Amino acid sequence: MNKTLLKIILLMMFAALLSGCIQPTTEEVQVEMRLSTTTSTCDTGLLDVLNAQFEAENNVKVLTLCQGTGKAIATGELGAADVLLVHAPSSELAAVERGNFIDRQFVTYNYFVIIGPLSDTADVKNATSAPDAFARIAAAQAPFISRGDDSGTHKKELGLWEEANITPMGEWYQSVGKGMGDTIITADIKQAYTLSDRGTYLAMKDKVELVTQFDKDQDFLYNPYHVMAVNPEKFPDVNYDMAVKYIEFLTSSEVQDIIREFGLEEYGEPLFIPADDVINGV
Amino acid sequence: MSITGVSLKVSGTATLLAALTGIPLSFFISHREFRGKQTLLTLINTGMGLPSVFVGLFVFIMLVPAGPFGFLKLIFTPKAMIIAQYIMVTPIITGVSLAAINAVPPAIRENAYTLGGNRKDIAIVVLKEAKFGMVTSVLAGFGRAIAEVGAILIVGGNIAYTGSVGGMGEGLSYTRTLTTAITSETSSGDISVALALGLILITINLSVNAVASMLQRRG
Repeated sequence: MNKTLLKIILLMMFAALLSGCIQPTTEEVQVEMRLSTTTSTCDTGLLDVLNAQFEAENNVKVLTLCQGTGKAIATGELGAADVLLVHAPSSELAAVERGNFIDRQFVTYNYFVIIGPLSDTADVKNATSAPDAFARIAAAQAPFISRGDDSGTHKKELGLWEEANITPMGEWYQSVGKGMGDTIITADIKQAYTLSDRGTYLAMKDKVELVTQFDKDQDFLYNPYHVMAVNPEKFPDVNYDMAVKYIEFLTSSEVQDIIREFGLEEYGEPLFIPADDVINGV
Repeated sequence: MSITGVSLKVSGTATLLAALTGIPLSFFISHREFRGKQTLLTLINTGMGLPSVFVGLFVFIMLVPAGPFGFLKLIFTPKAMIIAQYIMVTPIITGVSLAAINAVPPAIRENAYTLGGNRKDIAIVVLKEAKFGMVTSVLAGFGRAIAEVGAILIVGGNIAYTGSVGGMGEGLSYTRTLTTAITSETSSGDISVALALGLILITINLSVNAVASMLQRRG
């Protein structure tokens, strides 16, 4: 190698270092709030919209940890987060019962959808209920991808198998242990069925060939999201004041309106339905 | 800071600290006899191949508020990532640097001694002979750190600041690095962004190694 090349490489490295290291580090001064949440609220971009406004109003930096609900609750129960936005009601209530979380509030909901290949080999489209749809997939031994990560969606999926009186087993049933996006991509590649929250599926719809095969069962596919604060009596170091402000923020009518409008233009239908609409009986 | 910036800052700092520990340690090991030396060598050799996810899990358990070092409030910060990478990189730098010192022919040491050199002079002679091996050790360490994803994903949490879905710009990352961003961008189906980040990562690695081989050839 010659000297010119060496100079070019050194220059590139220097530029890379400049872009990285010589930045004013303003991040330390500001108050921070750690939000542990599910992959669905992150992947859809809803939190980006909401948190930007919350940050501006309260002069705070929101540090968002995008995990599955199971991991998000575990993170909160170790005191490593200040506030949670999650969607597995039974696990949430159990954790509240243990005294690790307080001030739990209903924020928004949508529905789960069963997505699968266009060919619909298991004839899921004509199912009479969500458990019936799962029974058809099992009967046809059609490939099914499970989240397998203890997330809210995974818990819902397990509940549906139980409701259908089926223990999913065999080569057709594959667990990936990953987030919703990864699971949808895997299912797409394998032309398999999977359970997704509507929001993440709509946000990824253009990137995959899978289509919604079943979404008619509003009882079994109901998917509510709740916000709750980590109990400051258990973990004195958490930013409880900011957590309370965040809970008030998410449940305020102004933010509920933003949730109602979110994604409407881009996807032609709302990704999330605000809790206000249930409370007001819309 | 940008994603690339956080990658360079975290891995650079971890490698620097590991070099400051590992190189003196390798000198000490090669020039002194002490009890437990063999055990230490075994530990270093094992440490060179530590699975990063295990290191991540270990540091995570130590640093969560409920853990023994929770009071330091380091979990999900760049500092936690530096700690995890430091644990991974130090054995690599120590091990490779030690091999370089051991490869210095004994005749060189003996000559220095015969010419009336004291302990310090001999150390300087050995250092000069082994310097390329040491540079290699630091580069190997940096290479492991910058390419690593398992540990920093667990202890850093892949946190980006608000307003950054699918983005790559400035002022975006808190604990999101090139490698952890590749995992999350792939998850959300943004393959092109993931690929671009991968190219930046490869470019960094290539540049570092090109400079290294240049230095070695000139030396």
